[in-house]
Amino acid sequence: MLPTKGALRVWRRDFESWKRYAPSFVVVAIGEPLLYLLGIGYGLGQFVSDIGGVPYAVFLAPGIIASSAMYSASFETTFSSFTRMTEQNTYAAILATPCSVADIVAGDIVWAATKSVFSAVFVLLVTALFGLLPSPFAVALVPVGFLIGVMFGSLGMVVTGRSPSYDFFNYYFTLGISLMFLFSGIFFPLDVLPAWGRTIAWMLPLTHAVHVCRAFAAGTPGLYLLGNFAWMILVTVVAFVVAERLVRRRLVA
Amino acid sequence: MSNAATTTAIEAVGLWKYFGTRAAVVDVTLAVQPGECFGLLGPNGAGKTTTIKMITCTATPSSGTLRVFGLPVVASNHRVLKARLGIVQQEESLDPDLSVEQNLTVYASYFGISHREAARAAERLMAFAEVSERRRDRIRTLSGGMKRRLMLARALINEPALLVLDEPTIGLDPQARRLVWERIRSLRRQGITIVLTTHYMEEAAQLCDRLVIMDEGRIIAEGRPSDLIATHVGAEVIEVYLSDAQGTDVALEGRLRSGPWQAERVGQVLYLYVKHGHVEPAALARLAGLEFAQRRATLEDVFLRLTGHALRE
Repeated sequence: MLPTKGALRVWRRDFESWKRYAPSFVVVAIGEPLLYLLGIGYGLGQFVSDIGGVPYAVFLAPGIIASSAMYSASFETTFSSFTRMTEQNTYAAILATPCSVADIVAGDIVWAATKSVFSAVFVLLVTALFGLLPSPFAVALVPVGFLIGVMFGSLGMVVTGRSPSYDFFNYYFTLGISLMFLFSGIFFPLDVLPAWGRTIAWMLPLTHAVHVCRAFAAGTPGLYLLGNFAWMILVTVVAFVVAERLVRRRLVA
Repeated sequence: MSNAATTTAIEAVGLWKYFGTRAAVVDVTLAVQPGECFGLLGPNGAGKTTTIKMITCTATPSSGTLRVFGLPVVASNHRVLKARLGIVQQEESLDPDLSVEQNLTVYASYFGISHREAARAAERLMAFAEVSERRRDRIRTLSGGMKRRLMLARALINEPALLVLDEPTIGLDPQARRLVWERIRSLRRQGITIVLTTHYMEEAAQLCDRLVIMDEGRIIAEGRPSDLIATHVGAEVIEVYLSDAQGTDVALEGRLRSGPWQAERVGQVLYLYVKHGHVEPAALARLAGLEFAQRRATLEDVFLRLTGHALRE
């Protein structure tokens, strides 16, 4: 089933209930990527020669933006959505109104993507302040951050749809999210991997996100990115359809 | 579509619901008329909530036909139907991150109610639920009774034509329960059609114009509370509490059974169901020396007579 404007109402509910947690969100959204940039970008960067003709911190920055968008959305549609679905009975309450399961799932995913945009904007500002974003095309990382958020929000919702408990998310974050964080070309170019490793890396959604972000940050976007966008959109659509089905099965007998 | 005032509010014919191979609802047929307060009474696991879920579009019938406001309850009608329903679920589902007032206004938004109208409705409903002084407070600071009343108020935000209450007073203390009953009664007076499930017999007797008793997925009795009591039990019940020695005294039991009543023995208690009127002192004389209590028949007697006294788990 497809979402309707009910999704926007669910989004609005998420926003209203998040407001009072906003300060802590901002601290984490800025603080964590900043630590990576400083600790790894500058610290490790002292020992790393330029990559592709740019300093290591500049190489690192777009990937950190992509990954912070991934983390924001992933936490939202796993732990937070799961709480709303189970402990708080929020989904059941909303389902008693004209909103459908598709509206609820889409509303939560778009809200997760909104948080991704917030994260992307904060990190973008910080990295720009440090002079790590050479091109004005980097502004495009804001809408790209939204797409990354919708994609990982949908993937997280699939996990939530299958999750028997909070513990289940540990598998997803360790085996899925952390793996992508390390092997999606954020910290090193994928060329260093063996051929089979590269093949696997290019199947990971985050790899495409990082690739796109780096292209915009470097000021070299182009039609060659279409394939990356297509892959991200495909993953998003499939994940959304599966997530809606799984959550519906849990809410409707 | 015919006029809401004349259309049967709920019409279920031969409704079944399976979970795997277990039948949770078995061949349920019922009709609820507009303006009625209709009860589904039964022990836990009787199929009440599943029946309610089918009516409120969160469970799909395995077979049978179900119409609400004359509309078939199918996926394509869910949105339209839910816009006219007010639903209070058994589990507390208030939004813990929102204030009392926001719980109402945000809920209104799900129905597409405008901001201004929602604010007005929230004001009225907070007064109805007697939580106006707590409007800025978070949900976890409310008492159980306040939460229940707020759930009830929230279900009224769209001015529903049919209010569905699943165990509306479960877990409440007697005072809080009575306050919720009083609110439900005031809604009844306003003419709102109400369907409620309960396993509290007193609740059903207090609130329902008509009810069905369900057990193991089936409807085993239907009628007005007073008629059900008169038909299945009678006017009065005398409970005779036998000592261990008296309990094995066959002659005594035979003597007790032969009165102007029907007798039923459950453990060490002998229930004497008196069909009509009051028992004459002469008949009571045979109870001399025994410990007993004499009281009016209730729905609970109907229920126990129909379903047996065995523990249900």
